[in-house]
Amino acid sequence: MQFDQLLQYTLSGLSTGAIYALIGIGFSIIYNATGIINFAQGEFVMLGGMLTLFFLEALKLPLWAAIPCAVAASTVAGLLFERLAIRPLRQPTPINLVIITIGGSILIRGLSMLLWGKDTHAIPPFSGDDPIAIGGATILPQHLWILAITVIIVAANRFYFYHTISGKAMRACAYNRRAAGLVGIDVRRMVLFSFIISSAMGSIAGIIVAPLTMTAYDVGVMLGLKGFCAAIIGGMSSGLATVVGGLLLGVLESLGAGLISSGYKDAIAFIILLLILFIRPQGLFGKAESERV
Amino acid sequence: MMKRFLAVCSVVCIGLLTTTAAFASGTIKIGGLFAVTGPASFLGEPEKKTLELLVKEANSKGGINGVKLEAVIYDTAGDATKAVQLATKLIKDDKVSVIIGPSTTGESMAVIPVAEKEKIPLISCAAGIKITDPAKHWVFKTPANDHIAAEKILNYMTRQKQKTIALLTVTDGFGSSGREQIKVLAKQKGFTIVADEVYGPKDTDMTAQLTKIRGIKPDAIICWGTNPGPAVITKNVKQLGLKVPLYMSHGVASKKFIELAGVDAAEGVMLPAGKLAIYDVLPKNDPQYKLLKEYDQGYKKDYGVEASTFGGYAYDAFLLVSSAIKKGGTAPEQIRNNIEQTQKLVSISGVFNMSPKDHNGLDLSAFEMVKIVKGDWTLAK
Repeated sequence: MQFDQLLQYTLSGLSTGAIYALIGIGFSIIYNATGIINFAQGEFVMLGGMLTLFFLEALKLPLWAAIPCAVAASTVAGLLFERLAIRPLRQPTPINLVIITIGGSILIRGLSMLLWGKDTHAIPPFSGDDPIAIGGATILPQHLWILAITVIIVAANRFYFYHTISGKAMRACAYNRRAAGLVGIDVRRMVLFSFIISSAMGSIAGIIVAPLTMTAYDVGVMLGLKGFCAAIIGGMSSGLATVVGGLLLGVLESLGAGLISSGYKDAIAFIILLLILFIRPQGLFGKAESERV
Repeated sequence: MMKRFLAVCSVVCIGLLTTTAAFASGTIKIGGLFAVTGPASFLGEPEKKTLELLVKEANSKGGINGVKLEAVIYDTAGDATKAVQLATKLIKDDKVSVIIGPSTTGESMAVIPVAEKEKIPLISCAAGIKITDPAKHWVFKTPANDHIAAEKILNYMTRQKQKTIALLTVTDGFGSSGREQIKVLAKQKGFTIVADEVYGPKDTDMTAQLTKIRGIKPDAIICWGTNPGPAVITKNVKQLGLKVPLYMSHGVASKKFIELAGVDAAEGVMLPAGKLAIYDVLPKNDPQYKLLKEYDQGYKKDYGVEASTFGGYAYDAFLLVSSAIKKGGTAPEQIRNNIEQTQKLVSISGVFNMSPKDHNGLDLSAFEMVKIVKGDWTLAK
């Protein structure tokens, strides 16, 4: 085993993992505000990529303009999803909500397929595609974009949740919705916020990864699942734990494919998911929660 | 009660009238089973459109030997159970003389017993080798076997004096059948497989597999899959600066692949291509050239998109049927016999030479090795 191979596996894993982390945080933000797993999260990732393409090709916008437009449009989709599908529910039991999100994801995927067809599309990289050598390994400029944007988003999240009133209110909802309501926090508005933030984050993840992986109407499924894994490893925290979870997952996948066998790449992710659910359901870094009576 | 009885009667009468009318004017019904929707719709959709186009064209020229054609096409959605039901329906209710399709190997294998039992010729548009190997009395298929494409690559590699192969295949039906066939052929031809890696159809980064391959230093990489995987791999190869010749399967022989991988990364990639994708670089005296051009331009005119190899499979099935009818066969039995005797039939996929033992009838000439240079195909010599 040579050092440069190991370095390459790690670097590839980190950049894939950063994407899983971004998607994972989207899962946990909504989970913390509403107590549900939003299985449509992957579709916002897809929407980010496909809408960028739409603004690039149909409206002939330059890349720097198409990206904010795509993020805005996906955020509106997230907002509408919450307003039209989640909020009207009379008795929001978790199982109903989960099924609604699954239905929503199928609907979004189906509509995108009808609108944009089934083909895979490429998006141009943000700044060229000449490989950059680091030690014996190589990465693309796009990988740097991915890592940098992930860091910025995680930092912004941290700031929002710990240093703004509405972020603190959202955390209060996560701890105890009823109590949060009693002290005057508009819980329903917080739920709406959580959908807005996570759909925006999901679409950004979808956009920055699209130049590397290409995009199609159905890319959301697998990316969504991997992001979900990352969130589980991180114990559904909307902070650093999920980021570490995503990076860990990416690196393990890459090392597994390189050192053991590429046939087991996806199996590795799901074995980790199952192990964590069995042994440490509170996540790798979480403290065990005491039973609330 | 009486009303319903009358209604049933009249339906039956109309049914009888239309069938007799059909026989009187000499119409042959061709059944079509295509996966027009569902995951295999990229196959079924062009197949359906092609068959409709051809039947319309034949009828506007007064039919074949004065016999009009009628296509009855059903959508199987890629579902084997549905395909079997619809095949039975085509035979029992619609009374077709021949069935074209289904689009996928799984569906074809499921429909074969029906066709054999009911004695109706079936011309499958799926590529799986099992469909016609061993040859079944009533079953034919138009796509060339995958192993012909594999053999084409290996023959080319022999000429380039490349000895060791790294395999990188997708974990679906197409990839695993390609993987098995390359392994068998490589052994026969004296190649050594030094790496045998796989990737998932939705995987987004294959640098791990390629880094491993880089460490092994093979003479060539053969990747077997359909888009987008091979495009990702091509980009990854460029990112890693791998200088090993990269071969792709015939599954990516379309301009879409070059577009996805990018002109830079795709430079120098080699693959066996069906001739439809590359007809404009073929020598003008190629026997298929004229037909390929006609099909592509006709399809573009009617549907506004380029003709695809998959639609070509239905085209060829129709050619087999129409030439069988031309030789004077209208009953299922005659059509079958005439198809089996097909010799030197120039078609989209290649030149068919059928025999009782070979119900596919295509050989190595069905593919051309091409190399991607500056975003376009060039024949690899």
